[in-house]
Amino acid sequence: MSAPLLRIENVSVHFPVHKGLMQREVAAVKAVEKVTLTLNQGEAFGLVGESGCGKTTLARTVLRLVDPTEGEIWFDGQNITGMSGKSLLPYRKRVAAIFQDPFSSLNPRMTAGGILSEVLRVHRYEGDVSARVAELLQICGLAPRFADLYPHQMSGGQRQRVGIARALALEPDLIVCDEAVSALDVSIQAQIINLLTDLRKRFGLTFLFIGHDLSVVRHLCDRVAVMYLGRVMEMAGSEELFDNPEHPYTRALIDAVPNPDPLSEAERATTALAGEIPSPLDPPSGCVFHTRCPIATAQCRTEIPEAVTVGPDHVAACLAVSERPVSEKTT
Amino acid sequence: MALLEVRDLTIALRADGEDTTLVQGVSYQIEPGETLALVGESGSGKSLSSLAVMGLLAKELVVTSGEIVMEGENLLDLSDEEMRRRRGRDMAMVFQEPMTSLNPVLTIGAQIIESIEENLGLSRAAARERAIELLKEVGVADAERRLKQYPHHFSGGMRQRVMIAIALAAEPKLIIADEPTTALDVTIQAQILDLMARLCREHGTALVLITHNLGIVARYAQRVNVMYSGRIVESGPAAEIYHNPRHPYSEGLLQSVPRLDQDRSVPLAPIKGSPADPFMSITGCRFHPRCDYAGPICRQTAPDFDGSVACHFPLDTQQKDAS
Repeated sequence: MSAPLLRIENVSVHFPVHKGLMQREVAAVKAVEKVTLTLNQGEAFGLVGESGCGKTTLARTVLRLVDPTEGEIWFDGQNITGMSGKSLLPYRKRVAAIFQDPFSSLNPRMTAGGILSEVLRVHRYEGDVSARVAELLQICGLAPRFADLYPHQMSGGQRQRVGIARALALEPDLIVCDEAVSALDVSIQAQIINLLTDLRKRFGLTFLFIGHDLSVVRHLCDRVAVMYLGRVMEMAGSEELFDNPEHPYTRALIDAVPNPDPLSEAERATTALAGEIPSPLDPPSGCVFHTRCPIATAQCRTEIPEAVTVGPDHVAACLAVSERPVSEKTT
Repeated sequence: MALLEVRDLTIALRADGEDTTLVQGVSYQIEPGETLALVGESGSGKSLSSLAVMGLLAKELVVTSGEIVMEGENLLDLSDEEMRRRRGRDMAMVFQEPMTSLNPVLTIGAQIIESIEENLGLSRAAARERAIELLKEVGVADAERRLKQYPHHFSGGMRQRVMIAIALAAEPKLIIADEPTTALDVTIQAQILDLMARLCREHGTALVLITHNLGIVARYAQRVNVMYSGRIVESGPAAEIYHNPRHPYSEGLLQSVPRLDQDRSVPLAPIKGSPADPFMSITGCRFHPRCDYAGPICRQTAPDFDGSVACHFPLDTQQKDAS
């Protein structure tokens, strides 16, 4: 097994809510709550979950755009949690990001060439900048003429390719992809998914991939964590998680995704999860999922479930899970 | 008899005295109680052709030819006033973003009650009763209290339930839902689509479901129109198109989506290039620049839609030739 590249240790992120003339802190949004996970060198790790589950906040914490309230983030054997300003520069070089909407994450007044060379200059690239720009465009499947185009002159897929080229510019080790393919048309999405897979192999990149589309995350990622209201509900290898989901929330999520196959859908008996996602400002007591869980008991209302091992490299945080043998499957 | 029949619908954008055709020769029927999906990517014309059915096209967009026949009457011949009456009573539309289709400064109650008074001619008190009934039917708990609240008090899923209640108010024969769950989380999406499917079944309402999500089509629609660049390229029962696509674009779309039941190590097979720019003129079949099967004729002549597929070399005949 390869060495861990990124380790998120017991990380919580709370956003204070201020109110009144004195701006007193009256509450806190618990966006991320005691999350621990490890990304190994060269693996693609997926974070899935619905709105308010904390997946984006966790990604922003890894990018050091948000400070954790508690816990530590270790990168390549170094604790980067307390670092700031200049001491973070080497880290920023090694960690890049790709965002959902390439239109708002690219400067509309700059050409693709300008956008890419800016990154290189800021980090004092020592080689030939224009040659590197041409190389980056080529790596991402764009013709050299794209260097002179502005974002509005490109299609969504082409813009996302520029976003990817920018992320690759400084030869990072880790790329955080926040819903990187969600805004794209189906046929273009497939092109970008294949590009990301190729780039990962070619450059030995590690991916932290945040997404809400389970099929996309399963396809791209080796391991996946399912989050709900700031907490990790279940974590396992991709196939294992989707073939043998243990947590009732994971099962409900999988049930909610219709398969593009009318015949298998006709045979599938699914029940949509009842209720709404509670506000992270006032999450339910005990297991945060108990208000919507079809198998919740009185105990779930008071006791916060610990993550228990239910299989090889497979953990689930559910009180019902420890009581069930791993081999038994209910479908 | 078909509830709605769209015949050779062509829509153009009129700017500076020049027409750009955005939807070309779209023809389809929908039977009472049936769910028909319109599937395609951006710019495929799925929303535009539906807005035309509702008589809601923006001023610059004109229907240059074709007929939209509902129960023997061509809707394009109706006056604005007659069309407005039809819209409430016989057909309704549910949009993607419920926040922008509800008025933020009016209570939910005011908006539902207004549309009921308007469309059913009920008194205010009776309309209020009906509003409460409808909200309960679409799964909004504590309906009496919720009527007094504003749209921002509602979550995305709840707002979409309200929109469905408004759409259902007059028990229309046809509902057009344009990406009704695209902005919602997956578990909420499943709730809303299950709800729409159940209500349409119970009331015998025909549903035109506009979506880019092939999974949703597979779960909820009986028939599918696949659209590309303003044209229907393939039409038929969902099971048939998914298992035996005849148009290369349908096949390409299906091979582009990752599936939960698929081997992860097999790369996806995307369609090359980007969706056709509606403002760019393409000679021949509009899909030919992206098509792996295109021959010389595809670059010269646009294929006719024969009711099932619009392609010079539909996939099944090709396979026969090869064998």
